Amino acid sequence: MPALSSPSSAAPARTAALLLLGDGRLPAGGYAHSAGLEQAIARGWVRDAPSLAEFLRGRIHTTGLVSASFAAAAQHRTAAALKSGDLESLGSALAELDRELVARTPSPSLRRIARDLGRMLLRAMRSISPAQQPVLDAAGPVLQQPIAYGTVAAALGLEARDAAGLLLYETAATPAVAAVKLMSIDPFATHRCLAELAPELDELAERATAFAGAEARDLPAHAAPLSDIAAELHTNHDQRLFAS
Amino acid sequence: MTTTDATTETTPTPGTQPRRSLRLGIAGPVGTGKSSTIASLCRALAQEFRIGVITNDIYTDEDARFLRAEGVLPGDRIRAVETGACPHTAIRDDVTMNLLAVEDLERDFDPLDIVMVESGGDNLTATFAPSLVDAQLFVLDVAGGGDVARKGGPGIGRADLLVINKVDLAEHVDVDVEQMLADASEAREGRAVIGVSRKRPETVQALAQWVRELHTEFLGGGHTPQDPGPMAPHFHADESDEGGFFHSHDENDTDHGH
Ligand SMILES: Nc1nc2c(ncn2[C@@H]2O[C@H](COP(=O)(O)OP(=O)(O)OP(=O)(O)O)[C@@H](O)[C@H]2O)c(=O)[nH]1
Ligand SMILES: [Mg+2]
Repeated sequence: MPALSSPSSAAPARTAALLLLGDGRLPAGGYAHSAGLEQAIARGWVRDAPSLAEFLRGRIHTTGLVSASFAAAAQHRTAAALKSGDLESLGSALAELDRELVARTPSPSLRRIARDLGRMLLRAMRSISPAQQPVLDAAGPVLQQPIAYGTVAAALGLEARDAAGLLLYETAATPAVAAVKLMSIDPFATHRCLAELAPELDELAERATAFAGAEARDLPAHAAPLSDIAAELHTNHDQRLFAS
Repeated sequence: MTTTDATTETTPTPGTQPRRSLRLGIAGPVGTGKSSTIASLCRALAQEFRIGVITNDIYTDEDARFLRAEGVLPGDRIRAVETGACPHTAIRDDVTMNLLAVEDLERDFDPLDIVMVESGGDNLTATFAPSLVDAQLFVLDVAGGGDVARKGGPGIGRADLLVINKVDLAEHVDVDVEQMLADASEAREGRAVIGVSRKRPETVQALAQWVRELHTEFLGGGHTPQDPGPMAPHFHADESDEGGFFHSHDENDTDHGH
């Protein structure tokens, strides 16, 4: 092999930890969710690859940006606590973020689902990464999922940008992967949708990262009313394949 | 006391730790009688043990509703977990949803002695991970055919107990129960097998007795969770002109249907 001359030193130092957290096979309960896609299909809002692409695009610019900003903010607060060695005030800092995110989530179902997914991530990480027990204990067992991701990302040594990028990818990939179980669509087409969104996901991750150190009340609050309605409808949907 | 990954790492505050129940998984193909087995066990054991149940369903919470309707336990001690389209994932690859459901039940109804977890009906390869349950039953029925027990697989071969259910139907489906039990014992190298029918109380009693003894062993620290493991290499008949072939699967490969 020829000698490699590294063109840049900008590569993230913790690529493997980021991949571990972003892997859809991470055993944290996410596989049972379609992030609203099942109901969107049931209502006829999504019926083919182009409308799936629109659904995903709408999602990343609203829920995605908000979630990613909260993840970045949670990473920032957790990393600061770890750096200073003062874990005592972490719980209240994260609780404040949690309240702000809950206030941005009108649908009770979506609040419950995000809380359950956050709990599962924190529970799974206790078993997966026992060395992080002190910071996980300080964070508490129940947080909305984006905040849980931000905290776990910091615990694994990842940056705010990593946490934001992770959340944005997750926002799009969860429904995209569920699509093949819910409608007649080519699995290559679902991943084509994801691939085409990649530049936008990165751009949004940058924007979200800029909020890492912001006051909780100043974090983005983009709304996606149809998602809220779909989540409520789904809760009463009798024959559902996905929990959300 | 048996320790698994699940016990050693539950939440902080010493002194408020709920009792760690015996966690018993019930797996097996669709319709073989997993829910009925749980109902029978609850009826037989509810006077002696405080029991909780977690059901797993693909669509909503039908099994939980069935068990509540049976009236074998207070309704709130039966909880449903929705497993998406993947019942086997929820008991093996990604047990977090079920593990939290079990821990919540133990906390909310402390002290519980036994928590049973019903897997969504799946294929012959679906088994519980040892981080979720301490022991597992695999349920087959005679109506699925007398040959199934011989076909093997991790659940049939290595679950703590193999239940051959609905033995009352044997004569209607031309199955020789004694032969099926003998085949199963052989496939299991002597591990426990019980033929059960809910219409034959003595068989239900034998099943209940097995659970009693397991619980005693669990309390005494003599029980160690055994992982039936991923699929062993096995033989496919009729899939090629050469008369079949051997292959194996790794753990990520449990999805395929046989
Ligand atoms: N004859 C007979 N029928 C039984 C017996 N046990 C269960 N059944 C019937 O078998 C059918 C399936 O029983 P369930 O207990 O729902 O089976 P299951 O394995 O929980 O089914 P899934 O959860 O859908 O996979 C029902 O119609 C039961 O009434 C038995 O001992 N004898
Ligand atoms: Mg059942």
